[in-house]
Amino acid sequence: MTDLLKIHDKTFDSRLILGTGKFSSPKVMKEVLIQSGAEMITTALRRVDLKNPEDPFTVTIDPQSYVFVPNTSGARTAEEAIRIAKLARPISHWIKLEVNPEQHHLLPDPVETLLAAEALVKLGFVVLPYIQADPILAKRLEDVGCATVMPLASPIGSNKGLETKEFIQLIINQSNIPVIVDAGLGAPSHAAEALEMGADAVLVNTAIATAQDPVLMAAAFKQAVIAGRLAFLSGLPQVHSQAHASSPLTGFLHSE
Amino acid sequence: MTFPHYLSTLSLQQWVSESLLCVSRDVEKCLSKSTFTLQDLPILLSPASTPFIETMAQKSQQLTIQRFGKTMQLFIPLYLSNECMNTCTYCGFSREYTYERLTLSEKDILAEGHSLAQKGFQHLLLLTGESPKKVDARYIQHAVTLLSPLFSSIGIEVQPLETPEYVSLIQAGCDSLTLYQETYHPDAYKAYHLFGKKKNYHYRLQSPERAAAAGFYRMNLGVLLGLYDFRFEALALAYHLHFLQKQYWKIHYGVSFPRIKEMVGTFKIQYPVCDLDFVKIICAFRLIFPDLLISLSTRESPTLRDHLIPLGITQISAESNTAPGGYSGSTAEKQFEISDHRPLSDICNTLIQKGYDPIFKNWEPHQTSSLVK
Repeated sequence: MTDLLKIHDKTFDSRLILGTGKFSSPKVMKEVLIQSGAEMITTALRRVDLKNPEDPFTVTIDPQSYVFVPNTSGARTAEEAIRIAKLARPISHWIKLEVNPEQHHLLPDPVETLLAAEALVKLGFVVLPYIQADPILAKRLEDVGCATVMPLASPIGSNKGLETKEFIQLIINQSNIPVIVDAGLGAPSHAAEALEMGADAVLVNTAIATAQDPVLMAAAFKQAVIAGRLAFLSGLPQVHSQAHASSPLTGFLHSE
Repeated sequence: MTFPHYLSTLSLQQWVSESLLCVSRDVEKCLSKSTFTLQDLPILLSPASTPFIETMAQKSQQLTIQRFGKTMQLFIPLYLSNECMNTCTYCGFSREYTYERLTLSEKDILAEGHSLAQKGFQHLLLLTGESPKKVDARYIQHAVTLLSPLFSSIGIEVQPLETPEYVSLIQAGCDSLTLYQETYHPDAYKAYHLFGKKKNYHYRLQSPERAAAAGFYRMNLGVLLGLYDFRFEALALAYHLHFLQKQYWKIHYGVSFPRIKEMVGTFKIQYPVCDLDFVKIICAFRLIFPDLLISLSTRESPTLRDHLIPLGITQISAESNTAPGGYSGSTAEKQFEISDHRPLSDICNTLIQKGYDPIFKNWEPHQTSSLVK
């Protein structure tokens, strides 16, 4: 069975996307990428020195081997995010939009994110915005032409898992574009759960980078994502908020 | 409400007394929690917490790795001038010392900048004494403009300025500010700062607010450990951070805990802070502020620095020289003698051996802009 993730004009076998911060060395990061099977990676543009041909990131990771999505982490306003995105344009027109004016939990600013997304789409970027798990905002971002939405599961780096589950489920139910659960997934079981719920993919960084054995953890996430997706496709019995009985009370209305 | 007003409402001295009276049971109960608040600080810094220092260190390490990963940011100080019109009894730049003073020319600044950029440094901290006629905001702004093409991040540690001056520095490419109150105790402050603009305790105390209003991305506060009781200073600093975090929530805050060094002259340290208490302070701040940047300078010895790396530190300097022009052969007077003289390559190797990735660049200068238009 072919089950590919399609984002904009690209397709992916893997539904695990990796962030590249917090690793103890570029070597460990490279091995993690291989073991995870990830085909898409993101990195903060502020961490990469585009002028330096010997920058450890670009020397270790060949951006051509992955769909490389620079992110605008550190931007406080739409204006700053747009400026960073333009700087990244020579390497990629895919941009993970992060406008996080609050530097302690790195929570996304919904107002500035929407403004920046609209502007970047008009400039021809493929925009993947990081957002609070807000179903209305997700629809607004879809309306302005974003390629995905990336709601957070819990505060970034917290490893707490799907604290925003109810709202992520609403986003998944309503979305016409891929939903990638981003931030806060701390264990492979969290990732599996997100996929079981119908999320199209997950983005993981801290849980892998700060594990005792990051390479082994990458393999664990890979399998969890596959398992979660298979469970979703196999028709996992869903917990419904409304009754879905087999019409024992009104079935007679339909019987001949 | 301004911070000086807020500070006047706090019972710091009483909390210091409570800290001294803590018992083992208080510390055990405190450390059994998963998150910590400012009210825990007297307990964590108490004499009773000593047997629990390993537990504190483990928790501190865990939180630091969770938030910052296995990485360490490197930065380098660049002294622009040793001219100073203040008398501060602990400082090597104090005005009454009669050595020849030096303020770097445009050419000197660029020579220093190129020398540091060639070594690979990307995060630069510019320092001065306080000599408003020779080294004013315009001079500092010009230095930032000259150096910004060479570095990805430029911070300043200079005399307190006014908000519009801070705005002009940010617009020139400066993204972060370091400003230490030195001591939060007004009487102690008065006893150490005898002459010059720095005598004004309240003006300095309100400077972080003036800077925050200008829109810096990162602000680094601190106290000079050794000037007064460390528990008092740590409490005041923690509440200062807490106050600023609530008022100016877009800024990423950091702290440093420089321990004063015996300098030229006859200065004697009144309140020495031992290594144990130093470690307690670092760990306690990490537990209470999981996202705080904590930097460690070359004032400390190589051995101690190596041991402190995994305990909660997020940024360190290397190969520092505290004299203006010191990186390009000047023999000008230094502010203080550093203890860790190891070359950058040795520091990087140590970090790698300890499982930390040395980070040189973590800022995109094209992003820098003031929030004040």
